[in-house]
Amino acid sequence: MEKQTRQDLLRRRSLLMGGLAAAGGTAICTSVAMGQQPANHAGHGAQAIADAADPMPSMGHGAMMTVGDVDSAANGFDPTDMLTDWDTGTVSTLPDGRTLRTFEMTAEDREIEIAPGIKFPAWTYNGRVPGPALRAKEGERLRIVFRNYASHPHSIHFHGIHAARMDGVPGAGMVDPGDEFIYEFDAKPFGCHLYHCHAMPLRRHIHKGMYGAFVIDPDPERHPEHADVARSRLLGTPENTGWQELVMVMNAFDTNFDAENEFYAVNTVAHAFMKRPIRIVKGKPVRIYLINVIEFDPINSFHLHANFFDYYDQGTTLTPTLKTVDLITQCQAQRGILEFTFAEHEPGLYMFHPHQTEFTELGWVGMFDVVEALA
Amino acid sequence: MNEMLPRAAIRAARTNLVWLALPLLAFGVAVAWILSTDPLSGFRNGAPPVENLTFERTVFDEGGLRLLVRAGGSEPMTVAQVQVDDAYWQFTQDPPGPIARGRAAWLKLPFPWMLGEAHAVKVVTSTGATFAHDIAVAVPTPQATTGQMRLQAMVGIIVGIVPVAVGLMFYPVLRDVGREGMAFLLSLTIGLLGFLLVDAGAEALELASETAAIFQGPVMVVLAALSSFLLLMAIGRRSGAPAGVALSTYIALGIGLHNLGEGLAIGAAFAAGSAGLGTFLVLGFALHNVTEGIGIAAPILKKRPSLWTFVGLTLLAGGPAVIGMWLGSLAASAQWSALALAVGAGAILQVIVEVGAYLRRQSERGRDVFLTPPVLAGLAAGAAFMYVTAALVKI
Repeated sequence: MEKQTRQDLLRRRSLLMGGLAAAGGTAICTSVAMGQQPANHAGHGAQAIADAADPMPSMGHGAMMTVGDVDSAANGFDPTDMLTDWDTGTVSTLPDGRTLRTFEMTAEDREIEIAPGIKFPAWTYNGRVPGPALRAKEGERLRIVFRNYASHPHSIHFHGIHAARMDGVPGAGMVDPGDEFIYEFDAKPFGCHLYHCHAMPLRRHIHKGMYGAFVIDPDPERHPEHADVARSRLLGTPENTGWQELVMVMNAFDTNFDAENEFYAVNTVAHAFMKRPIRIVKGKPVRIYLINVIEFDPINSFHLHANFFDYYDQGTTLTPTLKTVDLITQCQAQRGILEFTFAEHEPGLYMFHPHQTEFTELGWVGMFDVVEALA
Repeated sequence: MNEMLPRAAIRAARTNLVWLALPLLAFGVAVAWILSTDPLSGFRNGAPPVENLTFERTVFDEGGLRLLVRAGGSEPMTVAQVQVDDAYWQFTQDPPGPIARGRAAWLKLPFPWMLGEAHAVKVVTSTGATFAHDIAVAVPTPQATTGQMRLQAMVGIIVGIVPVAVGLMFYPVLRDVGREGMAFLLSLTIGLLGFLLVDAGAEALELASETAAIFQGPVMVVLAALSSFLLLMAIGRRSGAPAGVALSTYIALGIGLHNLGEGLAIGAAFAAGSAGLGTFLVLGFALHNVTEGIGIAAPILKKRPSLWTFVGLTLLAGGPAVIGMWLGSLAASAQWSALALAVGAGAILQVIVEVGAYLRRQSERGRDVFLTPPVLAGLAAGAAFMYVTAALVKI
């Protein structure tokens, strides 16, 4: 495929051009100068929005973007909707009075559009990549009914505390096509976790799309010393509704099977949040549940422009593990909670991206559109 | 009885017609059967279509970067995204939409390229397949301005016309050579042509390897060289073996076709943004080509042709370099340069054969003339001179 990669400078005809180029230097220099115009580097966001309408924008960063839009309707999921789309399952009460939370999960083969015009033969949970963002409360009994409608054996391996036979590894909850398995365990520890398929080959199953967020909210009653913090994390409390919570799963896709990713993204679609910046109300603090499931690259990162945040590694503490930072790195499967606010900022577009610039330029980059209040 | 003959002939013709139609009919039935029953469906296993993309031209200008790509897939392919230096860039495609097998399209990117730096382009198709194209040195592509055309013509004249003219200027000196000197000069011509044959063939094959699969590069080169050789042989021999001005004309034509191919390749390389350094290389190339003029002069040493003949021969041998450079920088792709070089190689082969035959006729020793010291020395000197001067223009 890559046989065209060589420009042979050693050919004598090429060398001739040296003489020509030297002779024509004056004429050429003029056009070079024009070609090297740095163009408009300012206002990434405004540029990004303008780009949708202008197919040939000026040669600045604004032109550094995928072309076109992904058909979210055909995909059946939208990266923006995924930011806030929590799956809380169905709730019932056990004989001992505890809450039983039941999730329904399926495995399906699906071709999804991961960047404009690029179809990827994905393996999915519930037909989407990443899979549903499961959310429960610390101490609840969890039951996950998993049915495999796909063409390969799959499982769900939860990062959490559970019995060996619920581990989702071969011999413990591996589900053949057409079969079903019910994972059952208690929701602990609280934090920002993930789940993924643990079928072999592991790398293939994960990079094909079988992963998702798994968040366990702290029970305020169990953490009296930080009950208010726990309440702000607990979905549905008045304290929690004062926050803007987003789930971001950093993922990437190797489309040509060379063990290198062609596209990087948050919630699957490259450049999705450059083309549609994430609306943030200035007065409300922001909490991001950030998970790194990128294959083929050992580390990814999150850098926020013009702001700093507190970081809770794995989300298993109620006090920050890192305070006032603007960049965190996450190894594969590492995750954490970011908290920050734009309350003191002027409205506008604020960029976020990994500081691996290559990942940024291959799609994992976005904007927060900070506004005074939602209209 | 006499009336029966045409009838018999008609009957025979009808029988022949039936025998002609029968195999065609059988083939038609086979095609219809394949199309209607689709026996190949059993091979379909859900694999994605085979895709192939060839980069034919690269243009840098103040608007950014333009790439001419040719699709060679089993089905129409869609260019979905384009990376430059591991970053996605907005682009437009002309004509838009899927690119059918064998068709080409321009990709235009508003990319702020860096003068003299390397850039790596990667096209991602809708199936996620990638096709890479490395640009070793980015330089502005010449515009089709009068100034550029004049500049290219100047280089073409220096490397194509001037050396031939200089070589021909040895004519008065060469006239005094004796029989052995004549044999030396003719074999010198064969030696230099032999070098050009190898050189043109190798370059044509190298260019052919860069062309889209649909052109079947190496086969195209071999067939084009062979057919141009046979065609020129047939034309040359239509009224006996060529000699004198006719033979000189064929030599000039062969060298001219070679220079056309070279010019196309030079122009295309320039358009593609690859360039070396230094005016001395152009001069080295000119020196390298001086032998061509001596070769052209050899068959007419006894003829005293008019001055206009010399002018005509010079233009025939050197002029195509200018035309080739213009065409190459404006429109040519690798396949056209390869084709032109292959035709040139065929023409050179024809001239080698004709000069050899002429050399044999000139001598009373017949075929043995090729084993005489002057001829062997001439062959070696011709090839060696070309080889050594070629070293001046290779890095």
